[in-house]
Amino acid sequence: MDLELMINSFPKLLSAAIITLKLLSVSLIIGLFIGLFFAILRLNKNVFINKFAYGYSYVFRGTPLLVQIFIIYFGLGQIEYLRSTVLWVILKEPYWCAIIAFALNTGAYTSEILRSAFQTIKPGIIEAGKSLGISNKVIFYKIQIPIAIRQSLPAYGNEIILMMKGTSLASTVTIMDLTGVAKYIISTTFKPVEVFIVAGGIYLFMTFIIHNVIKFLEKKYSFN
Amino acid sequence: MELLAFGNTGWGDELFYATLMTIAVSITAMFIGFLFALIFTPLKLSKNKFLNFIANSYTTTIRGVPELLVIYLFFFGGTGAVMFVASIFGYNEYIEINAFITGAFAIGIISGAYSTEVFRGAIQSIDKGQFEAASVLGLTKFGKFFKIILPQTLRLAIPNLSNVWQITLKDTSLISVTGLVEIMRQSYIAAGSTRDPLFFYSFAAVLYLLLTFVSMKLINRLEVKYSRGY
Repeated sequence: MDLELMINSFPKLLSAAIITLKLLSVSLIIGLFIGLFFAILRLNKNVFINKFAYGYSYVFRGTPLLVQIFIIYFGLGQIEYLRSTVLWVILKEPYWCAIIAFALNTGAYTSEILRSAFQTIKPGIIEAGKSLGISNKVIFYKIQIPIAIRQSLPAYGNEIILMMKGTSLASTVTIMDLTGVAKYIISTTFKPVEVFIVAGGIYLFMTFIIHNVIKFLEKKYSFN
Repeated sequence: MELLAFGNTGWGDELFYATLMTIAVSITAMFIGFLFALIFTPLKLSKNKFLNFIANSYTTTIRGVPELLVIYLFFFGGTGAVMFVASIFGYNEYIEINAFITGAFAIGIISGAYSTEVFRGAIQSIDKGQFEAASVLGLTKFGKFFKIILPQTLRLAIPNLSNVWQITLKDTSLISVTGLVEIMRQSYIAAGSTRDPLFFYSFAAVLYLLLTFVSMKLINRLEVKYSRGY
């Protein structure tokens, strides 16, 4: 056990963890909007819209995140047309490519979580709203969405943790996040166990915090 | 389309073998995962606090640390660990471990943590009366487990195990970083030499979709088989 290496690499890994958290939070925020959008499409009665939303979530949940990142980072640059548009400013940066891939991926899972949450809302609640003369829009924003958020908290907490682990794939497209820096230190010192303990410890700590925040929110927004 | 031709002109046959490799690694990893689950599920259900602690540390660590980091640990550390064990027995030459074994083992440990949780949940949701009834009938410990508990556990576990299978299948794409030629690695090689990454990575995505689709169909059949009588 090389204790000195562990102590020396700790600050480096900790500052890399901030990049991991940045990647995570930005992609979660974008992903939440994508998820909500597609969850609403899934509830639509139009077959085409419905199938389109289902297809989106099926493709993104059925393929590895690594493939998605590679398609966006290596693949999209190949399209000549894209290079001449404004989009290229974003797509040439590995950081944004990773975030787009993460956001689309977590969006697919989030849409499934929210869809099932919307579907478990008892029709009686919506009918009660209607009989009180509340408009459909208000019912949706003031009644359905708050209940759906509460319903989906436990599953969404899991998704946040899965996504945090997913951000480690950013290291495959040259981003020096926690895993990227850990790999760099491992390949220069050949001390995988020590680095794994420190980096893994930081990841576990973040998991622990996320887990407890979700638990707290669940308690705060519980029905009774 | 000529990019996918079989033989020396295209990448069809290479990608075909790479797909077989992905399937082989996934099945091996899933099997190793079951072995781990076989060890850790009883520890999780045990009344001994210390055994509980060991099993919980395993599942929490693996489920809280990125798969890629675990793979790096095995990729860089595997050789060292094996050489250390060999040196105890007096063998000091360099040992190269096969990328297949390292990869399958790393993914297997990850998959094992998920399987352990699935089996624990399934066994815990079996009615206590079933255990008692089996004891009353005078079944042996093995008979009780294999004839009464296991069939019921499988019925409850299969839907969740199919999720674990999907996760495992997708995780094998990460082994490509160690150089094992599975779908992802082969697409990377093909994309590099033809300068057509968009096509090859999209094709890789289609292959993975196909694998998840077909395996879901097969698992659904199993599910029907094990829920006979319900």
